[in-house]
Amino acid sequence: MTRIGLYRALMIAAAVLLLEGLCLSGMIDRLTMPPPHRILLDLATILVSGSQNAAILKTLTNASIALALALVLGVVGAVALHGHRSAREILEPLFATYYAVPIFAFYPLLIVLMGLGDAPQIGIGFMLGVVAVIVNTLNGLDRVPRVLRKTARIQRLGMVEIALTVTLPCAAPYVLTGVKFAVAYSLIGVIGAEFIMSRGGMGYEISFAYTNFDNATMYPLILLILAVSIAINAALSRWEKVLLGRRGQ
Amino acid sequence: MSAGAWRSTRNAAVLIVGLLIAWQLLYAIAGQAALAPPLATLRYTAALLATEGFRGHLSESMRAFGAALTIAVASGLLIGFWLGFHKLAGEVCEPILVALYSIPKITLYPILLLAFGLGMSAKVAFGALHGIIPVALFTINVVRNVKPILIKTGRVHGLRPTEMVRIVLFPAALPEIFTGLRVGFSLTLIGTLLGEMFAAQRGLGYLLMTAIGLHNVELIMAVTLILFVFAAAVSSVLLAVDRRLHANA
Repeated sequence: MTRIGLYRALMIAAAVLLLEGLCLSGMIDRLTMPPPHRILLDLATILVSGSQNAAILKTLTNASIALALALVLGVVGAVALHGHRSAREILEPLFATYYAVPIFAFYPLLIVLMGLGDAPQIGIGFMLGVVAVIVNTLNGLDRVPRVLRKTARIQRLGMVEIALTVTLPCAAPYVLTGVKFAVAYSLIGVIGAEFIMSRGGMGYEISFAYTNFDNATMYPLILLILAVSIAINAALSRWEKVLLGRRGQ
Repeated sequence: MSAGAWRSTRNAAVLIVGLLIAWQLLYAIAGQAALAPPLATLRYTAALLATEGFRGHLSESMRAFGAALTIAVASGLLIGFWLGFHKLAGEVCEPILVALYSIPKITLYPILLLAFGLGMSAKVAFGALHGIIPVALFTINVVRNVKPILIKTGRVHGLRPTEMVRIVLFPAALPEIFTGLRVGFSLTLIGTLLGEMFAAQRGLGYLLMTAIGLHNVELIMAVTLILFVFAAAVSSVLLAVDRRLHANA
């Protein structure tokens, strides 16, 4: 481990220990937060007993579907939009405002349209994620050197071929940034929707545990969601670094 | 009117008309139970804005948002300048901030509720939580990219750290910092509203959440419209200022 990595690990360890100390000494009372080691033990119990497996599976599956939809439609949308400058100029203010609007307000609309199943939650996750993918992919496509496009045209490639073999691979690091946002957003969308109204899933279980003062369920589930999103994000960041490293950047 | 201004006005008009048409079409497909048509919503919104009760919610939200934005910007800038300036601290802390940025913060709302209780402080905390990290991350990158010669000149003149920030770094980095503030604005707004949806008994987010619970379609649409118009108006202004600052730089 490098010196900086070591400092970082020490800092995180110190923060956890501080939290542990505050909890054990009673500065943070038990009803507010159990000590970190307790949360970890509770998480192990939950995972071993499998009592929350259905909820965990449901949420992660829905978030993955939302992510996949956002990714595919977002990239296709961005490629289609990239060639149309005027359409893009018109939509740009919408993109800039999009993330300040509470998309959750559309959840009831989706429930009426799709019924109270998994579909509206996936819909919210998709709606939150797709614009991040579009914006970042467009940003990447803008940075494709013109010489590559010209070469592709000289090779007489079609529109789809150019996108698949030239421009998208070249824009990959930026698309990946979009994917990182979309991972977080699809989780936010699905879990938030479950908080508001649903019949299962981690968000539902967390809010159920919250209303019942069941910290032994609530904190481990929150920790699990945080751990999953941080792990995915770290993996994607590493991949991004590899992609950039190959170009000598 | 210059050609550019005319174009952006035309673009905005096309976007607004397009959204209204899409809205009307969606109404035709989905029907009364899912959403209200544009004209009826506008009328309802006008009536709503005139009521005393609504203005109470509005001013409550505005105060919460103002407080959250102040906290987010002030602490974001402070953290950003510090980490950007201290190379070691920056390298140690930046990945931690990036990881924190990527987590679905919505899952933390029960913890904030337990820590702050139901009310103003919980939603301000929730809003600030969303805004601090993006502002800090932007500021770190900005400070790092300030031309070394400016900093060296400052050192030669024997500036103290506070003077260095005020006289050299801040003016040099203003355009980029402003971009960070623009992003921070959107995220703090959505954070505050989410906080109100889950952790408050007053404010627009609370109103929205009650409307969702009662399935009051007109109220949902009206609140969403107000939030959308507000976010769009402010972010267009910020975007315009942002462009001007970058053009002058």
